[in-house]
Amino acid sequence: MSARTIQGQKNLQNINQASKDGIGGSPLRPDGNLKVKGEFAYSSDMWHEDMLWGTALRSPHPRATILSVDISEALKVPGVYAVLTHQDIPGSKYYGLEIQDQPALAIDKVRYHGEAIALVAADHPETARRAVKKIKVEYEVLTPIVTEEQCLDPGTYGYVHEPHEYKSHAYGNICHEQRLVSGLGVTDEVRALADVIVSGDYEVGMQDQAFLGPESGLAVPAEDGGIDLYVATQWLHVDREQMAPVLDLPEEKVRLTLAGVGGAFGGREDISMQIHACLLAQHTGKPVKIVYARDESFYGHVHRHPARMHYEHGATRDGKLVFADCRIVLDGGAYASASPAVVGNAASLGHGPYVIPNVKMHAIALYSNNPSCGAMRGFGAVQAAFGYESQMDKLAAELGLDPVELRQLNTMSEGDYMPTGQQIDSPAPVADLLRRAKEMPLPPPLDTAHLDVRQLPGALSNTSHGEGIVRGVGYSVGIKNVGFSEGFDDYSTARVRLEVIGGEPVAMVHTAMAEVGQGGVTVHAQIARTELGVEQVTIHPANTEVGSAGSTSASRQTYMTGGAVKLAAEAVKRALIEKGRRRYGWTHDDITLAGGKVVSARSGALVSMVDLLGDEAIDLTREHHHRPTVPFDKETGQGFGHVQYTFCANRAVVDVDVELGLVKVVELTAVQDVGKALNPLSVVGQIQGGCTQALGLAVMEEIIVRDGKVRNASFTDYLIPTILDTPPIPVEILELPDPHAPYGLRGVGEAPTVSATPSIVAAIRNATGLALNRIPVRPEHLTTELPG
Amino acid sequence: MRVTFTANGKPVEADDVWEGESLLYVLRERVGLPGSKNACEQGECGSCTVYLDGVPVCSCLVAAGQVQDREVRTVEGLTDENGELGLVQQAFVDAGAVQCGFCTPGLLVQTDALLDQDAQPSDNDIREALSGNLCRCTGYEKIMDAVRLASARKCAGKGASE
Repeated sequence: MSARTIQGQKNLQNINQASKDGIGGSPLRPDGNLKVKGEFAYSSDMWHEDMLWGTALRSPHPRATILSVDISEALKVPGVYAVLTHQDIPGSKYYGLEIQDQPALAIDKVRYHGEAIALVAADHPETARRAVKKIKVEYEVLTPIVTEEQCLDPGTYGYVHEPHEYKSHAYGNICHEQRLVSGLGVTDEVRALADVIVSGDYEVGMQDQAFLGPESGLAVPAEDGGIDLYVATQWLHVDREQMAPVLDLPEEKVRLTLAGVGGAFGGREDISMQIHACLLAQHTGKPVKIVYARDESFYGHVHRHPARMHYEHGATRDGKLVFADCRIVLDGGAYASASPAVVGNAASLGHGPYVIPNVKMHAIALYSNNPSCGAMRGFGAVQAAFGYESQMDKLAAELGLDPVELRQLNTMSEGDYMPTGQQIDSPAPVADLLRRAKEMPLPPPLDTAHLDVRQLPGALSNTSHGEGIVRGVGYSVGIKNVGFSEGFDDYSTARVRLEVIGGEPVAMVHTAMAEVGQGGVTVHAQIARTELGVEQVTIHPANTEVGSAGSTSASRQTYMTGGAVKLAAEAVKRALIEKGRRRYGWTHDDITLAGGKVVSARSGALVSMVDLLGDEAIDLTREHHHRPTVPFDKETGQGFGHVQYTFCANRAVVDVDVELGLVKVVELTAVQDVGKALNPLSVVGQIQGGCTQALGLAVMEEIIVRDGKVRNASFTDYLIPTILDTPPIPVEILELPDPHAPYGLRGVGEAPTVSATPSIVAAIRNATGLALNRIPVRPEHLTTELPG
Repeated sequence: MRVTFTANGKPVEADDVWEGESLLYVLRERVGLPGSKNACEQGECGSCTVYLDGVPVCSCLVAAGQVQDREVRTVEGLTDENGELGLVQQAFVDAGAVQCGFCTPGLLVQTDALLDQDAQPSDNDIREALSGNLCRCTGYEKIMDAVRLASARKCAGKGASE
């Protein structure tokens, strides 16, 4: 076991010498130079001779019947090449990640504010926008179904989707539900076993991924009747799977190439402009580019599910948990997207990284006329963590225990069981993560003699010179699964080619992995160097010419596609050594590859790869499947449902202006077990970025929806943390290998986003004494709420 | 309309420009300089930041006609004549300050402008100067590292030449 602290300037020391490192080093990104030169081609930078610009007409109403659509005036606008409605769709009119319930263009009704109704292609983006305004739609506006009470009473308020409209919708306005019972469940008898019981109602607002690169891409019609799409996405193959039936093309004629991706965070897991651009390209026979403006981006992708949660925890006087009961209601909005899987995560992870003898859980996702919700970093585990960690603090206060100690009395370790009955069969150092977070040095107290307003709540608004500022400290820990769960085989494919180029052995790695900024391409090159003993590695553009790499989500890409690269590279290595054995008759049992040579550990270099390979290339493709999982039982929630678990602990230090309700996060510490840091620089970058999105959810970020209408679809009104809002984020990494995972690694990206939010809220409670049962915490909560 | 201006030291000319087009659109779609980025197009995110007559501006907020006969320098212009990375660009790569990279062009121009004004800014100065540039990936820690590194290298370079 090793632990290391990586923060600040220390990172800079190891960078230059490690430029050609294998795994465990921090070589620089292969796309870094292009990105800083402004030459990296993002999806919105795509350009083609004679290309047209596409845009969509979107519904101003969250729920309405479409009585008529008149496109005639739009078609007359000079420069317009096509105006399409659902009637122009050649194939299936519906698509969806898990349930095909979403029309590619609205058919007779709209179910959310911003739903696409018609498309325009024109020779200038402004011409397209103006033509959209000429499309006349007659609506019969209906009262939207937006609250939990309305959704659960379809007899009174109606259905978002008519009953049995699709096979999977037998539940009315419940999109998916999952129950879970373990131990004795939670009954009056079980409650009687507890000395203290605390309960609470918690609410989480709708968060947006707010990636900076807007949804965009270029569709180019091909001579074979197929289509080539250059697009920013998280999963090329699942896009294609959804697109081909709508375009009425066989999958092999829908060819996708990954264009540069400006961040994703779950928001590119669903289809956005892919089908629309292809429909316009098919119809006009010309290349069509679509680039969302920021407001359209807010309407055009799914968000994090808002949640309402009720938690009840019972414990003995000495702080041991006896039972936990929970109900989580997630608003899935108009279409299913990833809601079923999000519910599965909320139910199975919703009691946190704690050993609890008796558990009950009921998680549901609703259909409503609110914006659709689906994948966002943390995926169902984020909402629950705010609930259970708030409960831990409440319980500690009730028992007069230190909040960290109370947690440590109940944290799970390797060998313990999840409420699903799944045994934790790799390291789970939850108590240790908390201990380390607590032992990190605290930032100095506010120096009132040398105040700099930029460090205070309100910062450059100059709202305080130190008066009314109270400091608070809070802790939290969280759990997240890695990889797709519940029986899903989200395998990855990698192709590795080894050949001599310019007198040097060069490895080429070809996968369909979506590099969205996380640094997967860096890691793939590191793996190839380590396995093949070469320095030169090239990364082939990601496309659908190679098998699926699964999604860049669920903290899974290094585990899954990294694992596939490892398998393919190992196969190439074996083939090369076998070639040498055949040619030279080697009998050594200790042959490996290093420094561009085939070497024997005892006898030294046997032959250079250049000589052994000659003109031949070794080119092999392998699939990597994780160990199988099973679906959770619908009623009991039992089952070996997850591939791997990952944990992060945080400490937040905040200064609160208690008069104005302003919060400055002073420091946000993270301690995480990553199994093995394949690229420590990138790992720390992931953890710091994940913490910052959690900070956003804690105190800033919410899509405001009133009666189904989005009120803040812009970066002027939807605020994400700036560099002034973001504190130093010291990170401590543990490397406790998971024997089931490639190199022992553990997925990194999401755990800090799950765990960090509650630590910030705990710190604000610590400073103010307020209950704060809703996030994001807004100034008015701090100035008008009653003490908790 | 026709717009002529200087971009990264070279005269450029854009024809058939619609009056509502921004400098950002003209750079990206008409004169082959797509490095400046289109994340919000309302002056909130800073990813389109360019120098206009030496002053950093959000190019999405500048009407194309306003740049007639003026000088624009973009992220592409931070690279030297031989295509080598400029000091700030190199520091961002070395420090791991680039993930998806969409915010990077704007941050590079803004950092370049900051270090021109003050080669040794304090952490608070850096945070203030970059507070108009949103980044969603990094949590800003590596960006702070990059600016400190660029500052250190700039000061060391000055010391060596003096």
